[in-house]
Amino acid sequence: MFHWLEKNPFFFAVGVFVVIAYAGIVTVLPDFMESARPLVGTKPYTTLQLAGRQIYIQESCNACHSQLIRPFKSETDRYGKYSLSGEYAYDRPFLWGSERTGPDLHRVGNYRTTDWHENHMLDPESVVPGSIMPKYGFMFKKNADLETAYAEAYTVKKVFDVPYDQPNMPKLGTFAEAKAAAYKEAGAIVKDMKNQSVKDAYKNGQIKEIVALIAYLNSLK
Amino acid sequence: MQSSNAIQYDYTVAKYFTIATIVFGIVGMTVGVFIAFQLSFPGLNDLFGAYGTFGRLRPLHTDSVIFGFTLSGIWATWYYVGQRVLKVSMAESKFLMFVGKLHFWLYLIGVAAVVVSLIMGITTSKEYAEFEWPIDIAIVIVWVLWGLGIFGLIGIRREKVLYISIWYYIATFLGVAMLYLFNNMEVPTYFVAGMGKWYHSVSMYAGSNDAMVQWWYGHNAVAFVFTVPIIAMIYYFLPKESGQPIFSYKLSLLSFWGLMFVYLWAGGHHLLYSTVPDWVQTMGSIFSIILILPSWGSAINMLLTMKGEWGQLKENPLIKFYVLASTFYMLSTLEGPIQAIKSVNALAHFTNWIPGHVHDGTLGWVGFMIIGALFHMAPRMYKKEIFSKKIVEAQFWVQTTGIVMYFSSMWIAGITQGMMWRATDQYGNLAYSFIDAVEVLHPYYTLRGVGGVFYLVGVFMWAYNMYKTATSSKAIEKEPQYASPMA
Repeated sequence: MFHWLEKNPFFFAVGVFVVIAYAGIVTVLPDFMESARPLVGTKPYTTLQLAGRQIYIQESCNACHSQLIRPFKSETDRYGKYSLSGEYAYDRPFLWGSERTGPDLHRVGNYRTTDWHENHMLDPESVVPGSIMPKYGFMFKKNADLETAYAEAYTVKKVFDVPYDQPNMPKLGTFAEAKAAAYKEAGAIVKDMKNQSVKDAYKNGQIKEIVALIAYLNSLK
Repeated sequence: MQSSNAIQYDYTVAKYFTIATIVFGIVGMTVGVFIAFQLSFPGLNDLFGAYGTFGRLRPLHTDSVIFGFTLSGIWATWYYVGQRVLKVSMAESKFLMFVGKLHFWLYLIGVAAVVVSLIMGITTSKEYAEFEWPIDIAIVIVWVLWGLGIFGLIGIRREKVLYISIWYYIATFLGVAMLYLFNNMEVPTYFVAGMGKWYHSVSMYAGSNDAMVQWWYGHNAVAFVFTVPIIAMIYYFLPKESGQPIFSYKLSLLSFWGLMFVYLWAGGHHLLYSTVPDWVQTMGSIFSIILILPSWGSAINMLLTMKGEWGQLKENPLIKFYVLASTFYMLSTLEGPIQAIKSVNALAHFTNWIPGHVHDGTLGWVGFMIIGALFHMAPRMYKKEIFSKKIVEAQFWVQTTGIVMYFSSMWIAGITQGMMWRATDQYGNLAYSFIDAVEVLHPYYTLRGVGGVFYLVGVFMWAYNMYKTATSSKAIEKEPQYASPMA
């Protein structure tokens, strides 16, 4: 059979494809419906949090920080309760990461504050001596991109039935409504911050990237 | 059947990709060395503002080495090997020549777009699949063009039986096509919502499902970019350079079909102790261990090809590259399964032992094989002797030193990290804070960077030697049968 295949490239290619596709069909497909179910209490991200998540992705924070607490005592002692599948139901893409150059962040909202994040982004060593994280001062200058965040939220609502605008779930509404809601949500964060230029920008109706990022980090619980 | 001497092979496209391999090798590895030093000297993050932080450059490093250096190397060898084992010249078909050139130029545009977008922070964050949808589409077109090239050449072949290398090139084409398409399924948000950035998209899969698809892709990108086509190379270049026939046809058969069947199950080992179902994790773990068989099958087949001819190691530095590549392949495919054992993974996962493992494979196996292959091709493509045997020898030792420094420092660093994270004091409390485990790594990070510099210096030596070979080396009249002539 193998000799015959080696003279018939078409059937050879078909054979190879079947053999390599087999594992995917068996391991990846069956679980799709099951594990996509959200855990009770898990909610989709608000527009502001989503804008922050996009900044997290833009800077590839996931290259150094994981968001997956494994069920070991050393990890639950350090980071909090181990992660459950349903908690990630609205994470597109997933951000588990594959390295811990920095600590896990899956429940960072439980033990770090807005104030801490602000200092940490400006100068990591000011709050963690010995830190090798880059400084992210430029996040204090650029405006958060609420348009793209809204576009993403709107898309997942339309295409994947993510339950925005349902009882006990975040409200999305029109872009104007989402923008107003994001502005209000950002206000609570800016209030806890010290940076004067971020505060001034907020008064002028602007939301800086750092505010959105902190909104996202604070939501990780 | 016509004798191969009668056919004038056309190496135009192979030469293009040879240059691309060298250029992207230098770019990707320079970025690699730079980000390695960023971890021990974080001040280096501030040099280029937002565009030079570790987070932005790390995907640039991985992607330019995987899809710049390695892919170019695969294609350079394909456009060389394909013609020779199928006994047909590219020049015989205007269409295939056109497809080949288009393949190269579109690919180059794609790479440029990738570099710019990654520095700008435009990424989907999925490892080795960071590109947004417009680039994904461009990549699919480039890939289809290569497929046209492969099957077009096969269609007009004179040699009826497909040589082993061709099996592996076909598998590379099919495997990457399948993996890439499914992992990159995404919905462009602009077209649904009518606002925001036009290039932004959102993944079709969520959470644990997204993770499963990603690591089914991510691990098998290793399979079908770092393993399968590199085996295609060694099956051609080792017998050619040494003048020895492959040790065993049956072993080639067993290891090829075995690899095809087993490799795709192994992705689950990236997700041990995660929230994907337990049976998927167990499958990933078990199949990773089974994977030793086909991997070692190929490697042993290669090493035994040199049976009775080990003296060639002394005379011919290219044989050194091939033999060391096979050896690193064995090392890496033993180390991987060990890391996929659940209890070992509990310690190793998230640590620097993982990049250590990746790099003994990529630097030792992939890098050495591509360098060795292009050295073999150069005298035949340019009809010149390799410029300097001494430089080839020196390059081999410089780079081998670099690899050893790299993986040994990362092994120690990774195991130290893993041990410190889990260490407890006499009362059962965590013994170290996270930053303790960061600070202790400083010397290892530095040593790794230095190892990277050694390897990079070797790449420059290679580039210089290749450049001099093409431009100012001694011409050869008759194509050498076996060992490449070198001055």
